[in-house]
Amino acid sequence: MPRMRMNQAITAAIADEMRENPDVVVFGEDVAVAGGPFKTSDGLLEEFGPLRVRDTPISEMGFLGAAVGAAATGLRPVAEIMFIEFIGVALDQVVTEAAKFNYLSGGKVSCPIVVRASAGAGLGFGCQHSQMLDSWLIGNPGLKLAVTSGPGNAYGLMRSAIRDDGPVVVLEPRPLYAMRKEVRTGEDGIISLGKAFKRVEGDDITILALGSTVWASLEAVASAEGWSADVIDLQSLQPWDTEAVLRSVARTGRLATVEEGPLAGGWGAHVTSRVVADLFGELKAPPLRITSPDTHVPFVKELEDLYRPGAAYIAKQISALLETGEVPAHWWESEGAAA
Amino acid sequence: MSSESLERREAIRSSRRARYERMVEIRVLEDAVRALFAEGLVRGTTHTCQGQEAVSVGVAVALRPTDTVCCTYRGHGAALALGLTPLSVLGEIMGKEVGSIGGVGGSMHLCDTSVGLMPTMAIVGAGIPVAAGAALTAQVRGTDDVAASIFGDGAANIGAFHEGINLAAIWKLPVIFICENNHYGEYSRINLTTPIENLADRAISFNIPGEVVDGQDLDLVVDAVERAALRARAGEGPTLLEIKTYRYSGHSRSDTAAYRPEGELDEWLNRDPINIFGARLVAEGLLTEAEIEEIAADAQRAVDEAAAVAQDSPSAGIATMFANV
Ligand SMILES: Cc1ncc(C[n+]2csc(CCOP(=O)(O)OP(=O)(O)O)c2C)c(N)n1
Ligand SMILES: [Mg+2]
Repeated sequence: MPRMRMNQAITAAIADEMRENPDVVVFGEDVAVAGGPFKTSDGLLEEFGPLRVRDTPISEMGFLGAAVGAAATGLRPVAEIMFIEFIGVALDQVVTEAAKFNYLSGGKVSCPIVVRASAGAGLGFGCQHSQMLDSWLIGNPGLKLAVTSGPGNAYGLMRSAIRDDGPVVVLEPRPLYAMRKEVRTGEDGIISLGKAFKRVEGDDITILALGSTVWASLEAVASAEGWSADVIDLQSLQPWDTEAVLRSVARTGRLATVEEGPLAGGWGAHVTSRVVADLFGELKAPPLRITSPDTHVPFVKELEDLYRPGAAYIAKQISALLETGEVPAHWWESEGAAA
Repeated sequence: MSSESLERREAIRSSRRARYERMVEIRVLEDAVRALFAEGLVRGTTHTCQGQEAVSVGVAVALRPTDTVCCTYRGHGAALALGLTPLSVLGEIMGKEVGSIGGVGGSMHLCDTSVGLMPTMAIVGAGIPVAAGAALTAQVRGTDDVAASIFGDGAANIGAFHEGINLAAIWKLPVIFICENNHYGEYSRINLTTPIENLADRAISFNIPGEVVDGQDLDLVVDAVERAALRARAGEGPTLLEIKTYRYSGHSRSDTAAYRPEGELDEWLNRDPINIFGARLVAEGLLTEAEIEEIAADAQRAVDEAAAVAQDSPSAGIATMFANV
């Protein structure tokens, strides 16, 4: 299996789909000549030419709208939003147009667009360039949402997203672009949307993670003393793998979600409510949410590191839950933390 | 720092020599910022404005401290020109408590309301309608303040540009739209993303005055912004100024600007705004060659000192993380 960085795996997935399907086109700001601000489309212009690989002006509404129109009439556009925040100026096209075309056409007009975006904190880009914003993108029927956690699933999820007949947003945590791993390419490497991936198996608790928090969770489990956990990389948030999650929690009896993003409105609440509703009588402890605080992403490294749930904190919270049977306070709620 | 900011603002409003000094300060500070990032002393990203100093200083000279200014992530020059001190700018870039918003923002996020600087916005085009709104406040309250938005050539292709200017035009808002055309949006030359030569022509479609201004000549920038401000204060509505300039550096910290055609940078360096204005002041007898060297050395000393103070200052602490949310 080839070793690739996550940005290379993304490029490889798009290239493989472009080779198989002439309807796949790529556009975004500086994606063609420059190969993408994060080098996620390096070489595509050279191989597929300027008809299919295009640079756009800084016009997110314009080019996402064009993606919708092109998709509605037969193409499969892969459009890049450089930082997920920029989707704010174009959200209508994704949520209110693309996601509803199938419904509003009696099933006649599907809209197979892929909106790829870098996301998340960790690189010191400040609060307007560091959010995950996954919570903006769930709860929209007709729209799918996947989050990559490394080169392997970036390849597989991207190929599925391009093949999907509806609109899909793929969030790519920025700190992971440089992560290098072996990647299963080709048909075998394709990962269905809506499928979770269990990364390690354990007995005492089910940890649900996504994107960057997968690695922090794995590290937490590796250092855990006296307990073990299922660590499930959800990979897709809409739809999410209800079956895999319920199966795991039914066995471990405990659930923790690890989210990079504010406590308020996070995906963990959404997933947890389903688990509790279905497995209430079987739970051995209340569900635990490990999240960022309800504040903006700070610039300074020490604070940004605090903002993102880290391995030590995850381990501490889970240990406390296992010891006391109660949900411990968030770090920012404990006395003196915010002084 | 607000009284110091105001003093610094008044200085360039009243003295041509101070305008020269401020442009030099901006150049020196931006060079220092690039060096700090290159040395790994600051993380994240930064966007510097070497070559565009006359735009920042010209706007700050022509507007009053009570006017509102909306700037972008490429905002160090504008901030210094408006009056922020090198310490409050460098401190913010380095994430220190002495920074203009206490170090939580970093390079892209400066603010100082004592001289009219709104929080600088890192989303392209965001400041254009915001400036229209600030002008609405002046209109509703009946003050003679104006608002300005400084944005790039690339921003002229985003919806906020068209929506913001149109709104200002129909409401005759006292606002100046200042398009700082440095010929590139990230790695793309403007001709690849924009089908017209002069962005000022877009004013025609909003039925407001549009003007192309030479951004390397400080006096011409001051003049153009003053005229636009006069119109705005007189209730005659918005103006679109396209100020042509050039950014000597790449788009951001990591960009080496390899995409530029050969010779283009040199052509612009031949029309350096600091040299042009300096030579003029010498010709006017307001400066000597020796003083020009002194000013450069003084600016270097002041910036180095501010960087050293910032370096030794405390970083933004946990409390700032939860303040003002
Ligand atoms: C809505 C939005 N899209 C994209 C970006 C990424 N981006 C940041 S700066 C920039 C280029 C802007 O060019 P221009 O307006 O000419 O300003 P300059 O950087 O040259 O000062 C881009 C594309 C952004 N910040 N916001
Ligand atoms: Mg530009």
